[in-house]
Amino acid sequence: MQKRSIVPILYILFLMLPIYWLVAMSFKTTNEILSGFSLFPQTFTLDAYRTIFTDPTWYWGYINSILYVSINTVISVAVALPAAYAFSRYRFLGDKQLFFWLLTNRMAPAAVFALPFFQLYSAVGIFDTHLAVALAHCLFNIPLAVWILEGFMGGVPKELDETAYVDGYSFPRFFVTIFIPSIKAGVGVAAFFAFMFSWVELLLAKTLTAVAAKPIAATMTKTASSAGYELGLLAAAGTLTIIPGAIVIYFVRNYIAKGFAMGRV
Amino acid sequence: MKTENQKAWFFVLPVLLLVAFNALIPMMTVVNYSVQETFGDNVFFWQGLDWFEQILRSERFHASLGRQFMFTFLILIIEVPLGIAIALSMPRSGFWVPVCLVLMALPMLIPWNVVGAMWNIFALPDIGLLGYFLNHVLGIHYDMTQDPIAAWVTIITMDVWHWTSLVVLLSYAGLVSIPDAYYQAAKIDGASNWSVFRFIQLPKMKTVLTIAILLRFMDSFNIYTEPFVLTGGGPGNSTTLLSIDLVKIALGQFDLGPAAAMSLIYFAITLLVSWLFYTLMTKDDLN
Repeated sequence: MQKRSIVPILYILFLMLPIYWLVAMSFKTTNEILSGFSLFPQTFTLDAYRTIFTDPTWYWGYINSILYVSINTVISVAVALPAAYAFSRYRFLGDKQLFFWLLTNRMAPAAVFALPFFQLYSAVGIFDTHLAVALAHCLFNIPLAVWILEGFMGGVPKELDETAYVDGYSFPRFFVTIFIPSIKAGVGVAAFFAFMFSWVELLLAKTLTAVAAKPIAATMTKTASSAGYELGLLAAAGTLTIIPGAIVIYFVRNYIAKGFAMGRV
Repeated sequence: MKTENQKAWFFVLPVLLLVAFNALIPMMTVVNYSVQETFGDNVFFWQGLDWFEQILRSERFHASLGRQFMFTFLILIIEVPLGIAIALSMPRSGFWVPVCLVLMALPMLIPWNVVGAMWNIFALPDIGLLGYFLNHVLGIHYDMTQDPIAAWVTIITMDVWHWTSLVVLLSYAGLVSIPDAYYQAAKIDGASNWSVFRFIQLPKMKTVLTIAILLRFMDSFNIYTEPFVLTGGGPGNSTTLLSIDLVKIALGQFDLGPAAAMSLIYFAITLLVSWLFYTLMTKDDLN
């Protein structure tokens, strides 16, 4: 039993190495980075972080990203809940085809759609808004949310629905007060995945914004090219992008551990 | 069993509208470009299927498609068994479970360009941890900007680092859902570790593994940002995967017609392979 735990330990060590390197580099001066190899920062500095927290073009990048990711997560989960219910409880004309079609939208390479998306959202007049990015990310997040929630809902016995109707619950009241709480873990996991894929996607986010809703990633690439190669600053900005994700995982850690019960049918 | 109810369409409608808005309109734009030629100024000429023919015959497309299949094949063959092995060797309960899961999920939540940039500085020959270690401690000559094999090893390692946890998390979810009674029964029967895996654990992981393999296939086949930031498709064209090549044609050369035709072929291949996976892996459930 004890011998087995070496595998996860080694794996986690492997995962942490590049992250350690990024964090270590963010505390080094540019001089130290370029002058040679050092395992630990020799001249510990917080300059890179100071730049990011005092310069609005930097910190607004983070705020913009968090805004559109949050809007996207709320929209994705909210519309996916009734749809997943329909797929899990009813048979209707074209249900299987519709389900597969939804999944196909995860297969479309974002690189293909960048230009048409730009044209579409310009035409609708919401280019460079948080809503534009949030809606565009629905393309791949809604299908995934439907898929995950449908899995969780399949694990809830149908008798629950029937009992509620016998007790005189209307459908909306049953759905909100009984059904959704019974798949809390599923909602958590779906929201986690929606957050994750929206937070890490950059190609569409960059294409659909210019100034007002510019994501942190766009700020990073711009700085990397205009100011030469400021590795320390880049590393600090990168380190800060890990934090929101880490907070979100912390909140859903028990759902991931216990729940994640897709396929528990 | 499920009841027949056509009103269920109303539940699906919001999803349908939102996804259709994002999927169909841009798709029509791409289809539109793929059959026309333009010299700018919004003047278009009918081109028919010429672009498709040109792309399907071009060696450049064959080469990047080959690299793409190679990449996806390699990462699947490493990530899926590795992910299952890690999930099997994790403790089933206790204090360390959430700690392990949180740490393992971390790489998946890092924005993709940061992943690329991070591996770039990690692999720099003289000042990166990995590059320094390989070159100066182990004495292996390693420079991914010069050597195609080193570049391939780096992008594969990066993807394994980035996504194996997805397989681990999903397999683990399947494993913890197995009731203890199954294991006790297997013990009484004197089943070997292998038969416990083959006849109890693997079948229980099937649904989640289907999800994991499909997701990994789709996402690795469409991968763009990470290898683009890490190697830029180089050295030469050795790591120019399909998406990278596509963006080069569409935005670099601004050949919208061929790029659109290539997008559609690309999409059709992804669709076909995913559909094959999907049907093969869900075949038993339908019966």
